[in-house]
Amino acid sequence: MSGTFLGMPTAPPRGTGNIRGSEPFPAAARTELGNAQLRRNVGKATRTIRDKRIAVTGELPDWEELRSAGAAIKRDVLSRLPDLLEQFEQAVTARGGTVHWARDAAEANAIVTRLVRGTGSDEVLKVKSMATQEIGLNEHLADEGITAIETDLAELIVQLGADRPSHILVPAIHRNRAEIREIFLRAMPGVDPDLDDDPAHLADASRRFLRDRFMRARVAISGANFGVADTGTLSVVESEGNGRMCLTMPETLITVMGLEKLIPSYADLEVFLQLLPRSSTGERMNPYTSMWTGVTPGDGPGEFHLVLLDNGRTATLADEVGREALHCIRCSACLNVCPVYERTGGHAYGSTYPGPIGAVLTPQLAGMDTGSGDPNGSLPYASSLCGACFDACPVKIDIPSLLVELRHQHVEQAGFDAEQALMKAASAAMASAGRWTAAQRAAQLGRLLGRGGRIRALPPPGSAWTSARDLPVPPKRTFRQWWDSAEGRAAIERARREGGAR
Amino acid sequence: MNARETVLGRVRDALALAPPDAVQVPRDYRRRRSLPPERRRELLVDRLEDYRASVHQCDTAEAPGAIATALRGARRIGIPAGLDRRWLAEFDGEVTVDSAEVPSARLDELDGVVTGSAVSCAETGTIFLDSSADQGRRALTLVPDLHVCVVALSSVVAGVPEAVARLDPVRPTTLISGPSATSDIELDRVEGVHGPRTLHVVLLLDA
Ligand code: SF4
Repeated sequence: MSGTFLGMPTAPPRGTGNIRGSEPFPAAARTELGNAQLRRNVGKATRTIRDKRIAVTGELPDWEELRSAGAAIKRDVLSRLPDLLEQFEQAVTARGGTVHWARDAAEANAIVTRLVRGTGSDEVLKVKSMATQEIGLNEHLADEGITAIETDLAELIVQLGADRPSHILVPAIHRNRAEIREIFLRAMPGVDPDLDDDPAHLADASRRFLRDRFMRARVAISGANFGVADTGTLSVVESEGNGRMCLTMPETLITVMGLEKLIPSYADLEVFLQLLPRSSTGERMNPYTSMWTGVTPGDGPGEFHLVLLDNGRTATLADEVGREALHCIRCSACLNVCPVYERTGGHAYGSTYPGPIGAVLTPQLAGMDTGSGDPNGSLPYASSLCGACFDACPVKIDIPSLLVELRHQHVEQAGFDAEQALMKAASAAMASAGRWTAAQRAAQLGRLLGRGGRIRALPPPGSAWTSARDLPVPPKRTFRQWWDSAEGRAAIERARREGGAR
Repeated sequence: MNARETVLGRVRDALALAPPDAVQVPRDYRRRRSLPPERRRELLVDRLEDYRASVHQCDTAEAPGAIATALRGARRIGIPAGLDRRWLAEFDGEVTVDSAEVPSARLDELDGVVTGSAVSCAETGTIFLDSSADQGRRALTLVPDLHVCVVALSSVVAGVPEAVARLDPVRPTTLISGPSATSDIELDRVEGVHGPRTLHVVLLLDA
């Protein structure tokens, strides 16, 4: 064992970066709900992918067995993570790669910057990657005077539009063709001014824009879908070929990978190469998958660096229940079935990771305990707990149960939190009959605020609750008032008589 | 402590705080399937065509004709060093033999490329290229706009597990399922973004 054991284990620190929004989910969602175009686009996209996914998963008679295997492999990885990480590092190194470890977003960014500087280049090509989005790499590189160019069409649209991604898989899903044409005409250097909004022509414009950049690229940055512990193999799954370009054309390749992306053996790819494409794009297989192990003289980059990222993953691992979220293979199936996501889109979640899995993963990676106003504290409530995400998840992550667990933790952790204040007030009120009656009378004031049988807004601290959901309006009278009324007395008398007559 | 030791220490701490149970992975999904060759062929062709690849089925003797047909319109093509030159007997354009020394910009001047393949998966319509001598480096099948790929029926397996089992993990490996494609704009599928726009598969029925 190479790790230093310093006595009592301590809970690992949370991560940093683009995993905390600037406003709570309900407020952000309200803004997004006003965007009808976004809602239409997201709605159409999620429905289409959803239907395709159901068709292709239904094709496999062993789909459930594959899901069970996928879930177990991921659980197995986490249970043996220290050994597997060391095995992985050794395998990558033996094949000429260099492994770097990053405790958090800032450290990962600094490592990548140093590596890019070392190549002498001030421009890098990028493959779409959640990990680099999470650590805010592009912004950091820009601050350091290095231009990062996204090569995935959707990411390029988002980048040129100075926008944020709204979906894990199809980040520009909130844009339609006319908007994309406008973005290209405005922001794509050298674009044909006569460009129309035919998707084939728009895709071709991005091909032209990137082609010579691919040919002269010196350094590229990618994420990884899987890292194989026993062989040191890395894998990137994609469609357009921009991934293949970045992985093979430059002299230097830098891959940033969350340490949960590990799988134990090369043979385990047989499970995930079936689960991932069918769950994400609803295809039997995505057009391109690349697998490489270290460096191969004469084929691809001569230098390969792997940055292994913690950034809150070990903190998540320390939670026996919540660690299940680390099984996620980022297929986005749970987003596409989520009634909440379908209406709000991805931006409302304020994190690189939107949708049901984002509502679980984000608070775990970054914590939700920085005070009562922490936007991450609102995420576990951003769900109707309908269970559709659990059914769709290819690695059987029980997202609804994780959300409930996080709600519980949220109430427990945040000492001065709104819900806890409510509970305290409730228990004080319930401690004496007189106070309880007074409180119930006060609650009738709620009727004044209610419209259509619902309360829209409570004053603080109740506002923390009503800002996420409507409350049923309290009854007109308290039970005690009713009991004491003529109507109540008559009803009880009637009930007594009926009971006695039997 | 350096970052490596810190992160590994955190992982150990996390597992010490919440010790996991040992896990037995259930492997009762379909790992080894036997499909009769006829059924394998049908399935592969169906899946490839579904991905908008063009499939030419023929015997080895007819391969040069099928390849020349697939290359119609291409003047300059590239091939990997280990490709069987007899396959190009009926092609009358210019042939460049690729090597690590050929700059990528030269690959961009090629109209097309002809390669072999390592293994193919019928159920998903996926061709696995493992950079063997008849397939060349990864860039060769990526940069030119047309890829003519020769697949021997004997190298076609039923499912993904059987295909993965045939691979050598240290070889740079590329899985292709149809031509390059994107659905990023309103989910309309567009072929040919950065990789080849056209994929022709010459399926050798007697090999
Ligand atoms: S939680 Fe499951 S369904 Fe959601 S993105 Fe992750 S793997 Fe896919």
